[in-house]
Amino acid sequence: MEAAAAAAAGGGCGSGPPPLLLSEGEQQCYSELFARCAGAAGGGPGPGPPEAARVAPGTVTAAAGPVADLFRASQLPAETLHQITELCGAKRVGYFGPTQFYIALKLIAAAQSGLPVRIESIKCELPLPRFMMSKNDGEIRFGNPAELHGTKVQIPYLTTEKNSFKRMDDEDKQQETQSPTMSPLASPPSSPPHYQRVPLSHGYSKLRSSAEQMHPAPYEARQPLVQPEGSSSGGPGTKPLRHQTSLIRSFSVERELQDNSSYLDEPWRITEEQREYYVNQFRSLQPDPSSFISGSVAKNFFTKSKLSIPELSYIWELSDADCDGALTLSEFCAAFHLIVARKNGYPLPEGLPPTLQPEYLQAAFPKPKWDCQLFDSYSESLPANQQPRDLNRMEKTSVKDTADLPVSTQDVTGDDKQALKSTVNEALPKDVSEDPATPKDSNSLKARPRSRSYSSTSIEEAMKRGEDPPTPPPRPQKTHSRASSLDLNKVFQPSVPATKSGLLPPPPALPPRPCPSQIWAIMNSVAVNICIQVVEWSEQVSEAELLPQLSRAPSQAAESSPSKKDVLYSQPPSKPIRRKFRPENQATENQEPSTVASGPASAATVKPHPTVQKQSSKQKKAIQTAIRKNKEANAVLARLNSELQQQLKEVHQERIALENQLEQLRPVTVL
Amino acid sequence: MAVCVAVIAKENYPLYIRSTPTENELKFHYMVHTSLDVVDEKISAMGKALVDQRELYLGLLYPTEDYKVYGYVTNSKVKFVMVVDSSNTALRDNEIRSMFRKLHNSYTDVMCNPFYNPGDRIQSRFVCLGRAFDNMVTSMMIPVC
Repeated sequence: MEAAAAAAAGGGCGSGPPPLLLSEGEQQCYSELFARCAGAAGGGPGPGPPEAARVAPGTVTAAAGPVADLFRASQLPAETLHQITELCGAKRVGYFGPTQFYIALKLIAAAQSGLPVRIESIKCELPLPRFMMSKNDGEIRFGNPAELHGTKVQIPYLTTEKNSFKRMDDEDKQQETQSPTMSPLASPPSSPPHYQRVPLSHGYSKLRSSAEQMHPAPYEARQPLVQPEGSSSGGPGTKPLRHQTSLIRSFSVERELQDNSSYLDEPWRITEEQREYYVNQFRSLQPDPSSFISGSVAKNFFTKSKLSIPELSYIWELSDADCDGALTLSEFCAAFHLIVARKNGYPLPEGLPPTLQPEYLQAAFPKPKWDCQLFDSYSESLPANQQPRDLNRMEKTSVKDTADLPVSTQDVTGDDKQALKSTVNEALPKDVSEDPATPKDSNSLKARPRSRSYSSTSIEEAMKRGEDPPTPPPRPQKTHSRASSLDLNKVFQPSVPATKSGLLPPPPALPPRPCPSQIWAIMNSVAVNICIQVVEWSEQVSEAELLPQLSRAPSQAAESSPSKKDVLYSQPPSKPIRRKFRPENQATENQEPSTVASGPASAATVKPHPTVQKQSSKQKKAIQTAIRKNKEANAVLARLNSELQQQLKEVHQERIALENQLEQLRPVTVL
Repeated sequence: MAVCVAVIAKENYPLYIRSTPTENELKFHYMVHTSLDVVDEKISAMGKALVDQRELYLGLLYPTEDYKVYGYVTNSKVKFVMVVDSSNTALRDNEIRSMFRKLHNSYTDVMCNPFYNPGDRIQSRFVCLGRAFDNMVTSMMIPVC
């Protein structure tokens, strides 16, 4: 057998190249493989190289090491490989020249197809040999485009080592996607290996040098893509990679998700976490999962991916199955996935892959998870996303920011905001909170105040603008009750009068020495204001709340933020007055809070007066007089309030009666 | 079936024009250009009535020795012009109508793409928009060659 094989090999290879009929595809593949094996050894690539500059005329051999690796990658038994090497003549000749290499590849293909390892077998039409190594990413990549271009026959043996493949692929693909974005896209219909030659020629040497370094990367669970690109790839690859990394940062997270997720079957299969991410993004654009994203919104969103417009329009064509100019959730996921794939360097398919069809996506991922389950996924995705988020990517944050801003503009009570904010600040690092905050309304609310500082996108700004005008109705009694600092009250004081229309802001200063009569006058004016306001606000504020507030407001010098601006306005005018009495009030304030109904509020307001007070009996008397007067005013206002309430009720009843009359009359008029 | 298919915008410039490469393409371009006058004539004749009542299919615009030119106009004044070989007598009016309907559907699909700016050429180079449109037109034209 051996002698015969050797003889055959000798006969075949010794006298010259055997009548090897390679198809064009085979020719290209083999030349690439040869180039790869040869390039690693430092020798020139084989004949027919994509770039002539690399040809070293002297050595046209493939080093034994990479060749052996390649053969092992074919996953044939060792003895078969031995046979092949003997047959092709390398053993005899001592090296792998191009001829030998090609023959060997053909024999490998034959062996993989099940044919016996003979010279005769290579004469017939054979499929391309298949290799499954991770190191020699080129093989996998080489095999891949054929799959990607619609055949999908050889996909199943893309193992999880594809992670490494993908990463290395990205490097190459990035290089060439940046400049000749169009040319590879043009070529897919024609010849898959053609497309591969370009990255091969550019990136192979760098790849080989970084192959070892790249190896640890894929096997780390959540390794961000940028890190291996930036750090592990050695010298030559780093700069172009970094350059491209900056360009495609916005979608680097998705790439990581993809890289780290196992491509079970195909690159077009959406994994669970990818799906979740897409769903979150969808939600950011359109809170209702069952409705559409309009074309313009989607266009703005996808344009941020920095893909070219023709590519984006092609992706749209693929993904918008019903061609209605709007994207449902499944369509959106498909489109997003295609964009991500394209960013990772996959050529776009001719047609929508079956795993990206909307029906398939809907069946595979039922939609229900919006509300409760998202809380679970929130915690799950949180650690998952933390590491990627650690890297600072402006565009990524911009994409996230759109996700942050929920369209819902629910009113937020100040204390809720505060509470959530504090918990969030404790729980999450700043970067992370943006994205995981998206799925939940409450969480998104808490993220909102922070995300506002990151605005950089049009959608975000538009949404912000949409959010800013509807300020929540102020409930200062809550804030007041919760407020532990003067600052909050100060914050709400200027805001409250600002938001409420009508009256001008209170004058900043008053005559420095108002006598008690002036105090009374002010109280009267306040009472007038209060009367006006009571009619408006009587439904909202209970009398009980009103009274304590009124009593509290005059009696306390602190800037207690009232629920109404009338009471509020009583504050600033009274403030300068109060300040005079502050020394006196300080002592009494400590007693007053105990008498006032809302204890915590007063306690809160007592604190902001840190100034040390001098007390004198005169001051005390003046204070007591003021107290008496205030109480009287209070009583007056309370009576007034009850009267007005009565009036309001009567007016209501009248209104109801009139409406009834109107309804009775209406049928008459209609006829 | 069709020898040349053209989509002309409202402002009478071509958005898409494609002819079978066998003949001198310039001739078809010229034919399409001159047919625009006929289209406008037909539109104005019918246009006095309400737009709703105006039919989109214009029918045979004018026959020449070798070719027949058919026209179709959409509600947004985008015109489709189709040049058909006269020797192909098997083509009936209904078939032409159905071809125009297909054209119109593909055109609306192109329109639905938010990345397409109305008024741009419908190009199918580089895997961009218009792929489906182009394929559809190819399907209409292939039998001729």
